[in-house]
Formats: sequence, structure tokens, C-alpha cells
Amino acid sequence: MVCGGTGCSGSQGEALLDNLNLELEANALENDIHVVKAGCFGLCSTGPNIKIIPGNVIYTGVKPDDAKEIVSEHIMKGRPVERLLFTDPLTKKKLTTEKELSPFRKQLRLVLRNCGVIDPGNIDDAIAHDAYAALSMALTEMKPADVIKIIKDSGLRGRGGGGFSTGLKWEIAAKNKSDEKYVVCNADEGDPGAFMDRSVLEGDPHAVLEAMAICGYAIKAAKGLIYIRAEYPLAVARLKTAIEQAREYGLLGKDIMGSGFNFDIEIRYGAGAFVCGEETALIHSMEGLRGEPTVKPPFPAESGYRNKPTNVNNVETFACISPIILKGAEWFSSIGTQKSKGTKVFALAGKINNVGLIEVPMGTTLREVVYDIGGGIRNGRKFKAAQTGGPSGGCLTEKHLDTPIDFDNLIEAGSMMGSGGLIVMDEDDCMVSVAKFFLDFTVEESCGKCAPCRIGNKRLYELLDHITKGKGTPADLDRLKNMCLVIKDTSLCGLGQSSPNPVLSTLENFKDEYDSHVTAKKCPAGHCKDLMEYFIISANCVGCTACARVCPVGAITGERKEPHVINPAICIKCGACKEKCKFDAIIIQ
Amino acid sequence: MEKVKLTIDNKPIEIPKGTTINKAARQLGIEIPTLCYMQLHDLNIENKPAGCRICVVEVQDRRNLAPSCATNCEEGMVIKTHSTRVLNARRTVMEFILSDHPKDCLICPKSGNCELQTMAHQLGIREIPGEEIASTSTYRKDTSPSIIRDLDKCILCRRCEMMCNTVQTVGALSAINRGFMATVAPAFEQNLEHSTCTYCGQCVAVCPTGALTEVDHTPDVLRALADPAKTVIVQTAPAVRAALGELFGMEPGTLVTGKMVTALRELGFDYVFDTDFAADLTIMEEGTELLDRLKRHLNGDRSARLPILTSCCPGWVNFFEEYYPDLKDIPSTAKSPQQMFGAIAKTYFADKINVSRKDLVVVSIMPCLAKKYECQREEFSSDGNRDVDFSISTRELAAFIKQANIDLNNLKNGEFDAPLGESTGAGVIFGATGGVIEAACRTAYEIFTGKKLERIDFTELRGLEGVRAATIDFDGLPLNIGIAHGLGNARNLLDEVRSGRSQFHAIEVMACPGGCIGGGGQPLHHGNSEIIKARAAALYNEDRGKPLRKSHQNPFIIKLYEEFLGKPNSEKAHHLLHTKYFDKKKKIIVKQ
Amino acid sequence: MPKIKSPAELSKHKTEVLERIYGKEKIRIRVHMGTSGQASGAKTIYNFFRQELEKRNIEATVISSGDMGYSFAEPTVEVKLPNEEPIVFGYVDKLKADEIIEKYIKNGELIDGILPANYRSI
Repeated sequence: MVCGGTGCSGSQGEALLDNLNLELEANALENDIHVVKAGCFGLCSTGPNIKIIPGNVIYTGVKPDDAKEIVSEHIMKGRPVERLLFTDPLTKKKLTTEKELSPFRKQLRLVLRNCGVIDPGNIDDAIAHDAYAALSMALTEMKPADVIKIIKDSGLRGRGGGGFSTGLKWEIAAKNKSDEKYVVCNADEGDPGAFMDRSVLEGDPHAVLEAMAICGYAIKAAKGLIYIRAEYPLAVARLKTAIEQAREYGLLGKDIMGSGFNFDIEIRYGAGAFVCGEETALIHSMEGLRGEPTVKPPFPAESGYRNKPTNVNNVETFACISPIILKGAEWFSSIGTQKSKGTKVFALAGKINNVGLIEVPMGTTLREVVYDIGGGIRNGRKFKAAQTGGPSGGCLTEKHLDTPIDFDNLIEAGSMMGSGGLIVMDEDDCMVSVAKFFLDFTVEESCGKCAPCRIGNKRLYELLDHITKGKGTPADLDRLKNMCLVIKDTSLCGLGQSSPNPVLSTLENFKDEYDSHVTAKKCPAGHCKDLMEYFIISANCVGCTACARVCPVGAITGERKEPHVINPAICIKCGACKEKCKFDAIIIQ
Repeated sequence: MEKVKLTIDNKPIEIPKGTTINKAARQLGIEIPTLCYMQLHDLNIENKPAGCRICVVEVQDRRNLAPSCATNCEEGMVIKTHSTRVLNARRTVMEFILSDHPKDCLICPKSGNCELQTMAHQLGIREIPGEEIASTSTYRKDTSPSIIRDLDKCILCRRCEMMCNTVQTVGALSAINRGFMATVAPAFEQNLEHSTCTYCGQCVAVCPTGALTEVDHTPDVLRALADPAKTVIVQTAPAVRAALGELFGMEPGTLVTGKMVTALRELGFDYVFDTDFAADLTIMEEGTELLDRLKRHLNGDRSARLPILTSCCPGWVNFFEEYYPDLKDIPSTAKSPQQMFGAIAKTYFADKINVSRKDLVVVSIMPCLAKKYECQREEFSSDGNRDVDFSISTRELAAFIKQANIDLNNLKNGEFDAPLGESTGAGVIFGATGGVIEAACRTAYEIFTGKKLERIDFTELRGLEGVRAATIDFDGLPLNIGIAHGLGNARNLLDEVRSGRSQFHAIEVMACPGGCIGGGGQPLHHGNSEIIKARAAALYNEDRGKPLRKSHQNPFIIKLYEEFLGKPNSEKAHHLLHTKYFDKKKKIIVKQ
Repeated sequence: MPKIKSPAELSKHKTEVLERIYGKEKIRIRVHMGTSGQASGAKTIYNFFRQELEKRNIEATVISSGDMGYSFAEPTVEVKLPNEEPIVFGYVDKLKADEIIEKYIKNGELIDGILPANYRSI
């Protein structure tokens, strides 16, 4: 099995594959042994890698020329090729099998531990994978204060975007005395392209239910509410089944496992407003009010749902709880960086080969995420930037590729962790347009309550649009920046306070691109339609008339076998001619 | 009480914990500008959505600016209210707001009385950067019988929403749509007319801009006055005289009864009458009905339901028709003073001066916007001719007087015309919360007991408490009186009545906080409840100064019964002065 | 289903279900059927495996589970043969599913499109 990931294919994987086939043929083994191309092994830095089954022996850093030795030694004689085995950098020990190699993989599945593993519709399968063991342990062996302490000590920080200490949050909610308290799970995942929470709820719903019950025990709440968007029908269905099954087993409800602790969970549906991911807006939405935020303080931990102390955590945060209880705070805090513990799930999207969900320990670098796990940039293009934190975040550039990703480093780099969306951009992406794209989203999703967010974001969008149309002036850039700063400074909730981030961070990292739009009136990435002009190089044009025939507006003229000309006044820049031209005669200026 | 120490603009202050930065600053003489914020002290109403972000201040070590209206003072805070960061933010936010606001101030009904206009001036905004590329949010204009909604001018201060939902519990207005298109409207953006709106006009009274205004009937009145074929008479509600002066620079609480009469006469009205006369008439009818029901009830007649509810407030009538149609046989059937006046004017008085009802135009000056709707109700017209043709508000009257170059300040006091201009002190106090029931008690007591009422001032019925209860001794019979002003308070009393827990014999309800003096058509008080108190005091003063203070003593009322109506609750009185109520529980009609 | 009334009962139940579900080595197929998987046609693949395995007289358990996160290669299917490491196949359509049954499940023969376990788990 040869790794066919982009990383390995790039490092002569293809040639290796061919050589292996040739060697097998030469030894007349082609019918007994199959060489197959597989996906990424997750050990890209040492690629190309191959794995030989049976035996599961993995060779790393294999060159095409090594094919001969592998076939003659390993396959014919059954002797491993020592020099191609992976060496543990610490112990200098040679490692052979997948199991031994696993610690050197970039991804670590903690939150996603059961996703794709268990049947989410079968609570027994979940229990077989340790579901409710942590709850059982908490109820019998720990006092509520112990639970809070272990969560605090673990260093777990909220995965919804804010990064506030989860243990501290629980502690505050626990301290506020009230006859009723609530545990709320925020499953209103709204960042464009992000689906971490959805995957957890679809793949491992019991992880969240159990964690909510543990939280309820810790803060003395008897009621849990899951606020989930109705656009997640599958997640809703699986949650419903999971709740029913947990109730049947008495793992939710009255007197759980004979402990005297009561806890039950209800599902509440959101209509998909992005702002309802903000906890006060979420609570108002659950109360049947308009989903819009209110000023904090009071924080939900003091006065939340129905004015009772309420602890709101995100799905991914809850999914970390049971392992922490079972394996201890020390274990959890051994993963990650000094101030950001554990793992983070990212939804890779954009111009990257392996789009999808990944989970890495905090402190993994952007380079590892993009190249080793993500398989690099599509079509071999050059990496330009990665947007983290969705519409509230900023972009990371080439200079940030080796920065370990954690809460604080991202903020320092002018972005934020956010909920875990990671959109990769390549050299063909115009950063002004990227900022405009995110603003378009924020303008749509602002609740409209406060003036800077309601009107200011619209004005930002309009100005960016103006600039991408080549109508901006250098003075507009100053105004753009001032508007950004004021919107951040004066908006009521996190949405408005962070919505200018994509503009500010692209303005900071790609100032030249903005300058080019407002001074030379050119879009360096060749993305902004209004700033480009299609042009025929007469020397290359053979006068085949293909372009003139395909032009939908008749902008191209010229005699047969004579160079053609595009009339820019008529051209609508659809690009059809360029696509049609076989002689590379049409260029964009 | 725990106190905290902090400094604002380098001035130290010690203040009770829980005080907002804005209020603390005011104590230091620092007035932080606010736009969406509004407070009605005595009514316990505070609107602070923290949405406009004009009142932001810089708090040391805080990441972002803090809205001073909604941020509490904390120990050791160092606050700057006018740092360059604050001033730049405030100006930029104001520019944002103005960039999405029509600039038609010249013809805006709120011009000169617009808080946004004032604030723009105060902040010295002279241009709106980027205006040329700024789109604006535009909405369908909606005109109802009383209120015009022009949401292009809405700045989302949410005051109307707060009045409509929290105070009045009417639930007609709430924020809809998202982002740039967010605005305040009835559900599904239906017209106000198809919503649960009661036309109480409290939304109009608090709107800082021209987004919510009244339907102006002054042009209709002017047309009638200009028509030589028409005899135009006018009636003025009690609350108007206590507030009109404010629009001519007078102190709140200045009574301008005489000057107002002169002004109306100068405007060309043929007869200037007083709604107070009709108020006295209302007491005769309503008081008799109360005693009748009370006596039957005491005699064990189960069909005589108590409590009896007053019915002179049209906003209140709309409210129970909408929300309590099951209780529609409980309110008094007596028409409101405005409509009683109209009914008598177009019959008794028209006959007296020998003018046909179609040539007689009755105009009312009201502190109220619901009165505009009331006079348009079908049951208050005869062959398509309304009993009251036009109702204009105190504000519209002031504008009308100004248009006619009349300086109210320099007018001599005039007298109301006879016969519909004479009133007792009981009619005057109709304008304040508790006044109707006090007036009713004065008359009902004497009729019920047959004794002279010595203590005329029922001070226990007065005040600004939202719900008040008092027991009046009717010579051995303890009469339990309930009073509510503001529809939210009324709802509480009504719920008790519905559940059968109410111990009251009679309940007075006024839709507007403070009663008519705080009506939706009055000069804008911008949330200052001291003004409402001053207006109430003015009415009670006028009452005290009147020689006659009980409705049944009004000689013209006595004469009216002798010449025309017979006796209270007679068949003729029933025909002219009583009405019935309808189940108006709304079905949602969405019209675009 | 009887209620689990104590922690002891929970661990007892766990032992029971482990034995019941995983005690016997058998062919186990997990079709990853989260939203991403279903959007790419995982349901068809799930049904295909159920019907075809029965038709072809192969005893196997087919489970629908959540997604693995390999959105780029959906639908994905994990096949665990007795006493073998589980193997995940990506880009599974009916043709590929047929190949998986005929070549890998029947003969243990590897085919293209394998997504090796590129992660570790706690």
C-alpha cells in the first residue's frame, strides 16, 4: 500500500509505485501481491510512505530506487529493511507497525474519539465505548466541587470562540444560589463552512448528553437544554434518539444510577440566525423572544434562562468533559500548549486538497495543518492565507505558517480561534474580496439591534465593494480603518465587536493589495472583474475565430486568419474566450 | 447601601453600587448624550436596550467602549466621557445613523422636536462621509386611522416597543427583520390597523424621530372652517388646557383654559364648547348605571355583574375588545365624553340653533390619538354623518394656532359658549388618572345616600401608582374602587376580574400612564414624569377653583335632562349616550 | 429495557454489551452516515451493502455511524475483517462497493482508494 496523498505523490510516490510494480513483475509476483495507492498516512513529513500487509510494516522516506530492496528483502525473504523503518527521534528505536507509529501522527482524536466508530443510534455501542462511565464516576466518587476542580485544573477553555476557562465558568454558575439552574449546550454552529459540532452530535451524541449531566451535577442544575439549529435535521434526530435511550436506561431523568441526582435534557430549535450563537441572544431565543443579545453583565451564570443561573457551553467543550473526568486533569493538560490545553477540531475548507474535519493538539502549526494533514493547496498553487475564526476572525499568512495554533497565538496574529472554521486561500484569491465576502455574511447576520453593527457593517461592505470596483481612493482606506475600529469599539455583542476583523487583518497583512486596488486600480490576484481587461496578443492569435464565436456579447472582431481584437467597452469579462482559445492568445490585464 | 468610588473625567464620586455610569455622571454635572435611552421615573419605566451606542464612554483597562446607560459603576473605575477615542466613536456612530436616515427635515412632522436632529446638531455633524455610496433601508409607509408609521425614520431605539409591550402589554409593535433591514413593526409586517394596536399613541409619545406620528386632521378642520355653509363647533378635553401652554414656552402645569378659548374663537370656530360638559353628562349616565347595577347586585340579582368598568377611554375600549371580549358586558355602556358631546351636539344643539346635522361640523381637541379612531367608529355616526367629525391632538392644535400667527401668551382669557361649555370641577379632573372615578363618587354618593357630600376631595384616589385601590364609605356601604392607568396595569386588574377574584365594585382604567394628561397627543414629555405631575396638579387646581364641583349640580346638565333626555338612563339617553362593544380579537391579516 | 440503577450495573452492562457487540470476530462494516456522508450518497451505499451481502450470503454487520471527517472523500466506509486492522475506503460508489465485497471482503485483496488511519485516538 503506497501513500497517494499529495505530499507523498509530490515526493516521488508515483515513481515508487511504478518501480514496485516493475519489481513484482520481474519476480513474477504481480498476481500474488497487489500494489495499491492509498490516501494519506498522516506521516507526510517523512513520505513517501508504504505499508506492507500482512504484518502492517510501515516504511518511511522510501525512494523509487528502494523498490528493488523492498521486494527482494521483505517480500521474497521476509526480512524487514531496517534502514527504511521510522526512527523514534527520542529513543532512536526503530518502529515498524502502525500502532507504534501512531504517536507521531499529527491528528489526535479526543473530541471525535467515537465519531465514525460507534453507531450513534445504539446506546449500547456508546456504553461499550465508555459512555456514561465518567458520569458514573462523578456521581459516586466526586463531590460537585471536585468535578469543578478537575475541569479547572485541566485548563479546558471554551471551544465556542471565546476561550474562557470552562472550569471557572462552572464555578461561577455553581456559586450563584438559586432554586433552579440550567445547563445549556450551544449547538448553534453558524460559521460558514464549519461543521465540527454537527459531526460530534451526529457521531457521538451521548458524549454531549453525559457531559451536560456532569455539568448539571457540578453546578446543581437539574435541567439541560440543547439549542440546536433546525437546519441540522440529522443531528436533531440522533440527539432525540440518544435522549430517549438514555432516559430508558435511567441515565437521564430522576435519581440517576441511584445517586439521587436528577437531570433531564430538552432540545430547543434555532432558526439559524448566526447571532443566536451569542449566549445572551441564544437564551432570549430559547425564551421565545427575539434572538438578539443584551448587555453583559449580567452574565448568564448570574441571570440567564428565565433569569436563573445558566451555564452555556459549546458542543465541542462538552465533548472534552468525559475524558477529562476519566483520565484526569493532568492527562488533559499534558496535551497542547502552556495556556491552551487539549485538542481543537478544525473544519478545513477552501483551496485545500483534503477538505474535511481534523482534530489536532493545540500548538500544532498551521503548516502541519495545511500541508501534512490538509494535503497542501489544490492544483499545486501557492498558499496565500488561511482564515480562522470565520467571519469574526482574521487571516494568517505565510509568515504565520510555523506559529503553533492556540488561543493566544491566534489573537496575537490578529485572528482568533473562533469555533474552528479554517478556510485556506491561494494566490488566486483577492484579499479585498475575501474581506468583502465575510462582511456580506455579517451584514446578513447582524441582528440589527445596535447602530454600529447594523449600519456600520453595511457601510464597510459598501466601501469594500466600491474599492473592488476600482472606484476607491487612498483616503477611503483610512476611512475604512476608522470605521472598523469604531465598530469594534462600540458594538453591543461579540458579533459586531469582531465583524471588522477580516478587514483589519487583510488591511494589515495585504496592504499592498488594497493599495493596488485604489491607486493602480488593479486587482493583483486577477479576481475583481471590474478591474480586469481581456486582451488578445496579436502575435499569438491565428485568427481561428473560436473566441469571436463563443463571445456572448459580440465584443470580439477580426477577419479569419487575422489577429482578433476585443472591444473593452462591450466585453463583460465572462472569460469564455480565454477558455476557448487554444493558442494562449488571450490574457487578462 | 454599599457604595463604590470611581472617577469620571478626573472628578471623584462615591455612589451606591448598581448606579449606571450615566446617572453617576449626571450627578457630577456631566451630561453624557443619549439617544435610545429613556426613563419615566415615577412610572418605573426604563428603556435601555443599549442599542444606539451614542452614550459610550471609555473605561480604563476595558477592551472596548462601554454604553454608559447600561453599565454599572464599579469600584475604582476610571472613566473618560470625552476622550478623543470616545468623541471619534460617538461621531462615527452618529454618522452611521444619519447615513441611513432621510434628510427631509424641512417637511418632517417632527422637525424642531426631533431628538435625532437635536443630537446631530449637538455633535456638530456637518457632513456624512461616504453618503454618495450609502444605501438606505426603506419600508412601506403605513397609515392607520390614528397613527402613521414611516419606518425609514426609525432608529431602532425600541422605546415604542417597550411602551407597547412592557408598559401597555398590547404587543402590536416589536422588532422584526435582521441587520440593515431591522425595524419595529407589527408581526408579519401587517398594517397597524390589522394588528392588536389600540391607538393609545404611547409609541408616538416616546418616538424620538418622525418614525411614528399622528394622522394630522388640521387640513380637514381648516377646510370646514373655510366653508361658509358649515357651522363649525369645537370641544376641548380637560387635559388639553393643562398642557397646551408648554408648546408656547410656558411652564408645565400652566393652565391656559381662557387663552385657549380665545385662540379657538380667533381661529374661526363658531362655538367653543367644553368636553368637560360631556364629562359631567358621562357621570350622570355612568354613575346611574353604577348605582343601578350595584343595587341589583346587592339585591342578589346575578345578572348584574360587578365590577363596573369605566368606558371613557377609547384606547382602553379597544384593548378590552381585543383582549377581553369575554368581559365585554362588564364595562359601562356609557359613551365617552367626546362621543356624548357629539351625539348631543348633532341632535339637541343642532335643533336649538336650527342647523341640520350635516351642516354642523363637530371638532374635538383631544390629548389622545385613539380619539381619532373612536370618532371614526361606525356606531358613532348617523347616515354616514359622524357625531364628531374630526379629532385633533393638543400638538396639532398648537401647530394650528401658530400657523394662524396667534401668540397664545398674549391672548385675553375667553369664556366657553353656552350651553355646552359649562362644566363642574368633576368634569375637569377627568383628565388625570383617578379623576373619572372620583367624579363618579361625588355624584353617586349623593344620589345613593341622599346626603350631602362634605369631603369632596377623594385624595385616596389620586396619585401616579400604576394600580391603586381605595374603599369609599357610602354611608355604611364600603365601596371598593380600583384604578389602573397604563394598559399593562389594567391587564392585571382584568385578569383578576376574569378569574373571579376581583373584590372591586368599580374600576377606572385609563390607557395612558398618568391618564389623559399623559396621552399620546399631548406635548412630548420626553420621559420627564415631572411634567405629567405638573399637569395633574393644574387640573386639580382648576377643580378646586370651580364653584360647582359635582356633575349633577351642573345647571346646563339639569336643563338638558329636563328639556331633552328625561332622566339618566332613560330610553332616549340610552339611544344617544350609550353604546355596545364588539369582539375584536384579531385574526392575522397580512396585507402587503 | 430495565433501568441502570447503579454504577455497578453500568459496568456490568458495559461488559455485557462489549461481549454482545464485539465479543465475536466477524465482518463489520461501518458506513459513515453523517450529513456530509449522506449528502454524497452514503445511504445508497449503506443499503447496497445490506442487500448485497445478504444476497451474496456473506454474514456481516452493517452499521451506520457518524462521519470520520474525510469530507473530501465521502462516502467513506470502514471494513473490519476478522482479526484484521479495520480499513477505510473513500470515494465509495456502488461499483467500488461491489469491488470491496468481491475483492477485499471475499479475498482479503486490497484495492485502491484506501484512507489509512492518519490519526491517533485517545
